[in-house]
Amino acid sequence: MTAAAASVLLVEDELPIRRFLRPAIDAAGWRLIEADTGQRGMLEASQVRPDVIILDLGLPDIDGIEVVRRMREWSAVPIIILSARGQENDKIAALDAGADDYVQKPFGVAELIARIRVALRHAAARVQPSADMTIVAGDIAIDLVRRTVTRSGASVHLTPLEYKLLTTLARNAGLVMTHRQLLREVWGAGHAEDSTYLRMFVRQLRQKLEDNPTQPKHLITEVGVGYRLVVER
Amino acid sequence: MDQRPDPDALLARAQAEAAQPRRGRLKIFFGMSAGVGKTYAMLQEAQERRRSGSDVVAGYIETHKRPETDALKQGLEELPPRWVEYRGMRLREFDLDAALARKPGLILVDELAHTNTVEGDGATGGLRHAKRYQDVLELLDSGIDVYTTVNVQHIESLNDVVAQITGIPVKETVPDSIIERADEIELVDIPPDDLLQRLREGRVYVADQVQRAVSQFFRRENLVALRELALRETAARVGEQVRVERAGRGETRPWATAERILVCVGPSPLSARVIRIARRMAAAAQAEWIAASVETPGQSELGAAQVRRNLKLAERLGAEPTMLTGERVVDEILAYAVRHNMTKIVVGKPTLPRWREWLRGSIVDELIRRSGEIDVHVVKGEPDDVVGARPRAARRAGWREYAMAAAVMGACTILAALAFPYISAVNVTMIYLAGVVLVATRHSLGPSALASVSAALLFDFLFTSPYYSFAISDIQYVIACLVLLATALVISGLTQRVRRQNEAARTRYVRTAALYFMSRQLAAAAGADSLARVAAKHVADVFLGESAILVPDSELRLAVSAQSGGFAVETTNERAAAQWVFEHRKWAGWSTDTLPSSQAIYLPLVASGKSLGVLALRPRQPEALLEPDQRHMLETFATQLAIALERAALATEAEAARRQAEAENIRSSLLSCVSHDLRTPLAAIAGAASALVEGSQQLSDAMQRELAQSIADEAGRLNQLVGKLLDMTRLESAGFRVQKDWYPLDELVGAALTRLGSTLRRHRVNTEIPDSLPLMHVDGPLIEELLGNLLENAARYSPPGSTITVRAAAVPGGVRTAVLDDGPGLQPGTEKEIFRRFVRFRPPSDRQGTGLGLAICEAVVRLHGGEIEAQNRAEGGAQFWFTLPHGPSAPPDLSGMDVLHTRSGPRDTHASEATL
Repeated sequence: MTAAAASVLLVEDELPIRRFLRPAIDAAGWRLIEADTGQRGMLEASQVRPDVIILDLGLPDIDGIEVVRRMREWSAVPIIILSARGQENDKIAALDAGADDYVQKPFGVAELIARIRVALRHAAARVQPSADMTIVAGDIAIDLVRRTVTRSGASVHLTPLEYKLLTTLARNAGLVMTHRQLLREVWGAGHAEDSTYLRMFVRQLRQKLEDNPTQPKHLITEVGVGYRLVVER
Repeated sequence: MDQRPDPDALLARAQAEAAQPRRGRLKIFFGMSAGVGKTYAMLQEAQERRRSGSDVVAGYIETHKRPETDALKQGLEELPPRWVEYRGMRLREFDLDAALARKPGLILVDELAHTNTVEGDGATGGLRHAKRYQDVLELLDSGIDVYTTVNVQHIESLNDVVAQITGIPVKETVPDSIIERADEIELVDIPPDDLLQRLREGRVYVADQVQRAVSQFFRRENLVALRELALRETAARVGEQVRVERAGRGETRPWATAERILVCVGPSPLSARVIRIARRMAAAAQAEWIAASVETPGQSELGAAQVRRNLKLAERLGAEPTMLTGERVVDEILAYAVRHNMTKIVVGKPTLPRWREWLRGSIVDELIRRSGEIDVHVVKGEPDDVVGARPRAARRAGWREYAMAAAVMGACTILAALAFPYISAVNVTMIYLAGVVLVATRHSLGPSALASVSAALLFDFLFTSPYYSFAISDIQYVIACLVLLATALVISGLTQRVRRQNEAARTRYVRTAALYFMSRQLAAAAGADSLARVAAKHVADVFLGESAILVPDSELRLAVSAQSGGFAVETTNERAAAQWVFEHRKWAGWSTDTLPSSQAIYLPLVASGKSLGVLALRPRQPEALLEPDQRHMLETFATQLAIALERAALATEAEAARRQAEAENIRSSLLSCVSHDLRTPLAAIAGAASALVEGSQQLSDAMQRELAQSIADEAGRLNQLVGKLLDMTRLESAGFRVQKDWYPLDELVGAALTRLGSTLRRHRVNTEIPDSLPLMHVDGPLIEELLGNLLENAARYSPPGSTITVRAAAVPGGVRTAVLDDGPGLQPGTEKEIFRRFVRFRPPSDRQGTGLGLAICEAVVRLHGGEIEAQNRAEGGAQFWFTLPHGPSAPPDLSGMDVLHTRSGPRDTHASEATL
């Protein structure tokens, strides 16, 4: 727990959702600020400077994607999207616009709290990079300094591109990364549409890193959206 | 004694009339010649109509600058004429399209017999119809009343009579049918002397080109005769109208069926007069009449063209033209006449010299002898310049054939010369005879005659004494020579006949076969597009040209559905022609009288009274017009296609109706699902929540937790149900498209397993997916959904602790994936039913499913063009398997991946990726 309690801005027009999140966020020890419209949300964000924003995509006044886009013009605050099923394209658009993660409605409180934790930790790491340059996901350890990957202590041989893909996922550990984001970061802007290619690399990574590649524990597929490297479990 | 009409019948008639789209009324101002004041009378009446409030427009008025006529135009709205540029001339024409767009109540169109300029040089081109009366017919069809003028000499059936009276042939004629079609005929009449007076005063306009004929035409005796003709014609029309009115029918049925007249049409130009006489006989007797021509094997091409012209004339005059084929004219005519109950046969008087009649027999004599019950009228034919020139002889043999005949004779001579010392002279004739027979069987009449004559001469010259002289000493040799000649002529004549018959039979066979093949292929084709393709190809093949089928879109604008050959039907003019044909259901374009300058002929495709499209044919040789039998053939093709298209449309409609019914079915199932399946968890949630809210004091912590757990579980179930309903709706919606990409199956299986984590936690899951499995071209999220549903289903219907296996294998043409469980299996006989919506057959282990999961699976597989099945496993438990076909192209080549292993950095990848 940090010295000053972290503040969470919840931009959501549905009162029942706000109502059930209030005690949960309170119980986690965070300060909750509520906004029921996109406009109000952006105003609160500029004044309160929250540590994380939970943003509903279906707002009455502004499109949630537009809120993300405007927010990203001046702030790097982690944004977690709340979206309904069937809004896959909106979800991807919001993530590509700069949102950090998403939670699908209806969701459990525990799931959202976990996501907020990941986002907060991720933001903290960005401000103050940890001295320890090793990322651990279960029995997988990625040493960013020596550029080596081990699984249960044994060294794993990765091609340079596989390594780059893995570290890109690891740097955003716990967060979802869209196909487009991964392709752009690993292969460059010209390859943002080659998702088949990406799938093949993830498959190879799974075969090298997972106990059972068809039932992965770390390299998780978010079908239709992207991939997520799960660190804690 | 009550003679009043039955009121019910009157009402029925009025309703029938009201139901029909209104056709315009036609009034004709009829006169004996120019200058009687038809236009004047027409304008006068138009002015009256205008004053009484009618919407009158002058479409085209020829006042010839006469002041009194000009003055009558005052106050009438006048349509601007259409100017057509043609060979440097600027021609004033009636603007049909402007008139149709203006759509007045009544329009005046002068000079009904006018021939339109169909070939224009300008951008706008010429007029649509070849004749102005066609414009008038179109106006009437669109419900506009028309006033028009016509002179007696322009009426087709009177044309030859007028020419006889005046000695001047008239080229511009209108078919009698349009005169019959007129609702009213007003005779504009002045005494001939007054007309002559007017002429002398220069008050009669005469076109420049006829100036020289004026003095010949406007003679008193001519005018008297013409006046009588006009009066008689008018009287005849009036009489007919009276008869029709008396008959009490609203619709005219012009011909009684008592008399049926058959007129024999031949290649002779004299036939034209015979046709006109037959028409007058038919009109007088109110009889149906048919113009028949017999196509015999020996007919020349020019003769055939003449026959075509004659038949067309007969058709214009109201006859039904028919083309018979056969060896002997008389046989065919009589057979037809008997078959069709003809009462009279009209035939032209023969003009052949008597000796030829003796030689070949007279058609007329034979007809009369064999006609039995049927009357035969023999009428005198007369040459008629208008109809055309006398046909010339049959096709000429090429010089090669003559050379061949000469060569054969040369060979015979050499052979005869070599054999002459050993055989008698009469046997020498046999050698020549053999040569002549050879030539006659191979070549036409000319070379055969050459061969026989030269054989006779050569034999005479070389092999009869006195030798080397044409003198014949022995009478035997004369006989030999004559026999030689006769044999050659007879054989070559027979050969010719057989050959022509063969040709005719072959042509007929080719066409019949083509029709047969087309019907067969049409029967086999499914869907309007493939029908159109089949038809376009066949029409193009059979008629040696390029063809296209045009069908209307939802706004009734035609678009090419299929075409054979590269002919540009999309050009403005051709499109306009096609559209016109589609809307008016009449032929147009090349080889017709409407828009004849089009590149192609257009036929409407009409079935059950509905216009379904247009068939276009562009000939390879536009100068050769369509023959009547070709037209029939083309029409048959069009009819066949129209029927096939109608059938396809009906099938589509039936399919739509079936879908509609299915949608209704789904909707009702949905309703029952919503009312029951959604309410049950809702009731549980509401109950548990109210218990918590109202009685929290009395409840122990454990009970409170149980209630909360129940709320959470029921909410989860509700969420699942809503999610599946949404999925199903989305998959069934018309606009839904699968978004395919290349996926490795293991990733999709992995994603489904991850998502179902808690549902599957009490089962062991095996995945048996070979590494070598090819990539699948599928919609990833949908297949994940499909796998998820199958896994969920397996988990629900098999006991905790049992094993669920996902097994995949490549099969020919695709990938087969199976989900197997160890549960109790399916109820036998329900293997197909379980994929239907809201169907639950297996005894549920704990909670009921939604009844939608497998229906969603089925829909997903169907959208991918695969198949899904369920069955019980021999070792117990159920298996669900689905097969998805390979994508349209090969999956991305993965061998390039190896290259990537040895390289690093985005730049290098770039290069190697290009090889992928």
